[in-house]
Amino acid sequence: MSYELLCIIWFILLNVLLIGYAILDGFDLGVGFLHPFVAKDDTERRLVMNSIGPLWDGNEVWLVTFGGALFAMFPEAYASIFSAFYLPFVLLLFALIFRAVSLEFRSKRTSPAWRSFWDILFFAGSTLAALLFGVAVGALMQGVAISERGDFLGSMLDLINGFSVVVGLFTVALLAMHGSIYLYMKTEGVLQQRLYGWMKGSWYVYVILFVVVTIWSTMFVPASLQHFRNTPVLWVVPLINVLAIANIMRAIRQERPFYAFISSCLVIAAHIILFSANLFPNLVPAANNAAYNITIFNGASSRLTLTIGLIIVAIGMPLVLSYTSLIYWTFRGKVTLGPDSY
Amino acid sequence: MDTVILLSRLQFAFTIMFHYIFPPLTIGLGIILAYLETRFYLTKKPVFAAACQFWMKIFVLNFGIGVASGIVMEFQFGTNWATYSRFVGDVFGSALAAEGIFAFFLESGFLAVVAFGRQRVSRGFYLFSVYMVALGSIFSSVWIVVANSWQQTPAGHHVVDIMRDSGSGMTPWVIDGIVQRRAEIVNFLDLVFNPSTVQRLSHVLLGCFAVGAFFVLSVSAYFILKNRHQEFARHSINGALVLALISSLGLAINGHTQAQNVYRYQPAKLASFEAHFDTGRADLNLIGWPNEKEERIDFDISIPGGLSFMVFDDLTFSKPVVGLDRFKPEDRPPLLLSYMSWRVMVGIGGLMIIASVLGLYYNWRRTLNDKRWLLWCFVFGIGLVMASNQAGWIGAEVGRQPWIVHPPVVWNEDGSDLVVGADGFYEYQEREGLRTVNAVSPAVNAQEAATSLILFTILYLSLAAVWIFVLDRKIRKGPEEIEITEDGTEHGFQDASSERQHARLSQS
Repeated sequence: MSYELLCIIWFILLNVLLIGYAILDGFDLGVGFLHPFVAKDDTERRLVMNSIGPLWDGNEVWLVTFGGALFAMFPEAYASIFSAFYLPFVLLLFALIFRAVSLEFRSKRTSPAWRSFWDILFFAGSTLAALLFGVAVGALMQGVAISERGDFLGSMLDLINGFSVVVGLFTVALLAMHGSIYLYMKTEGVLQQRLYGWMKGSWYVYVILFVVVTIWSTMFVPASLQHFRNTPVLWVVPLINVLAIANIMRAIRQERPFYAFISSCLVIAAHIILFSANLFPNLVPAANNAAYNITIFNGASSRLTLTIGLIIVAIGMPLVLSYTSLIYWTFRGKVTLGPDSY
Repeated sequence: MDTVILLSRLQFAFTIMFHYIFPPLTIGLGIILAYLETRFYLTKKPVFAAACQFWMKIFVLNFGIGVASGIVMEFQFGTNWATYSRFVGDVFGSALAAEGIFAFFLESGFLAVVAFGRQRVSRGFYLFSVYMVALGSIFSSVWIVVANSWQQTPAGHHVVDIMRDSGSGMTPWVIDGIVQRRAEIVNFLDLVFNPSTVQRLSHVLLGCFAVGAFFVLSVSAYFILKNRHQEFARHSINGALVLALISSLGLAINGHTQAQNVYRYQPAKLASFEAHFDTGRADLNLIGWPNEKEERIDFDISIPGGLSFMVFDDLTFSKPVVGLDRFKPEDRPPLLLSYMSWRVMVGIGGLMIIASVLGLYYNWRRTLNDKRWLLWCFVFGIGLVMASNQAGWIGAEVGRQPWIVHPPVVWNEDGSDLVVGADGFYEYQEREGLRTVNAVSPAVNAQEAATSLILFTILYLSLAAVWIFVLDRKIRKGPEEIEITEDGTEHGFQDASSERQHARLSQS
């Protein structure tokens, strides 16, 4: 197998990990965003939290594995991106910590003040995490100024501009929609009826932001279209994307939330593929000098490491998929509160 | 740049020490859970299910914080140590990725069943899930210790020039006159089983088991002293005392051979642990205070030739041991911190053996409940055991300085001394290692590093306070009785569905 092919395979595998993370932890973050709005009393709040209770930390492992794989297979990109996004990533870590500990701590006391405090942190952590993921994607799409060695030359304020903030809001809207569909499947009664409105509402907000981001990126982020000219088959992805978006609303109207959920998973996958297609073959586009671009070829590890990684994935992934499905099967159906719940 | 290095080091030390409160607890408790659930499966005695449930709740609480503070560590290699990440990514990263795929998925997946699924799955599958959680938590320590051991005693790799296309073929990548290099894997198995992996991994796992055992002892002793949950406490204490003794003795034996291994591959580290300045016959210092300026130990009480015996198992107590005088001042680890952390670890380790032997003896004589002083020692002993774990890691990491990736050490032919240069100092091969001062992220400025350090300090200190508060309440509340119906399933679907009805009613 040629070295270039190995690099491309790993680029695809990283996409798989990122899609896995975005779909699975995506609904967790969406649920966290919706938490204060859709749940009106303590029982409902507990139902909302327990809908992701057994699943969220397994979902977060996809991010851990994505980070580990990026470090292992594309260390140049890992080092450059993580040190460039220094403060945003520190905040992201805080957001993920808030989300985790508020789930763990909230149920440990019954006092309303205690519970409200963790409710707020749960909401804030989930929303901030979604926002920062989006901002990072938006900033990376535009490229960043880096030195020849790949070290970021700008400041944090260069990363936060109109476009990256809009992509951040877009991500929050997308995950809110995704999360509301997930919650709709997991709940019943009044709570579920309330979610119906949220599914529709978040769909409209998402579609508006989708149009804005699409126009903005095609018109002002020049790199975003180049591959579509060279490889027309890529147009399949935005086509599926649009069809899936339309199908979400159709399925919501027909009250078939599972179809809506599958469609919103497809939408998330399509977005990540479009993002990667627009970067390819770069991992970190250098805005100041194209010669400094960190690509999937010059930023990759050695042939042996890429091969060992493939072997690890070949052994590990079937195991991961089998127990992930086992866990989801065990916790299928509507969420209920039992003695072990949060 | 110096400020950024200092701040990044402080931040790494602080965040990893906070993180390392939790993995030893989960790894240690995992073993306890597996033991209790097996007993329950075989005997169907509700006391075991109640005990398992009680420790499981604490496990879950620790696991959640462990996961969240663990992601910080993974991100931090990139955010603060970009140059290091580029240098080691090819070898270090695969261990990290393997950890995610093999350990974390296993652990977090089955923990969901263990924490939330007792009513949803069969007893057999529940037991299996408990085993998988215990196994996953042990696996999670494997790969990170492999990666860390590689930094201490690198193997299975070579350091190469990074090649770039210069227009006229691939040539070494030179920036500002400096050739860019990185470590690349040559042999994966040599990397995984580098000279210190097995020793260090055993030591880490035994340390975790000790934390688990002494944590259970602490809580059980508290219940006995307060005359509550006697049956639960008795069952817990029996198993925990055995595990405590096995792990403490194992730590001592393994620690002895590991120290010999440290001398073989990192002689400067061992010399700093022992404040051994002059190469030659070495005394084993028991009490003292290292005086770096005058290169001696103040208030010194030592066993003559003791260190020669420990390093070489040499009964003549006289073999020469390489001291700090073989190393240039800038190549020596920070002395006081290495010396003190080593002593704290070994000292507490000795106390652990004494405490568990006494506990087992009185337990066998059935007089443990009357030895209130010993029970109180157990209640607070867990703090010392965790301090010992931390001190061990401080010694391991501070003793590796000034290197972040330690270069190999070359001995003379009969292995009795290092090959020194004309100035009498050992000359490290700079190319084969990486100094900590050269490893930080050039993109991060002092202001950013200070901001993150302050925020982490505030966040982690408040988290620690809440954690102790919640844990304390949980322990004071004690285990809850679990009803067992005739077929051996506790609570069961009836309860679950009635709760569900209740949830429905309260909605409408």
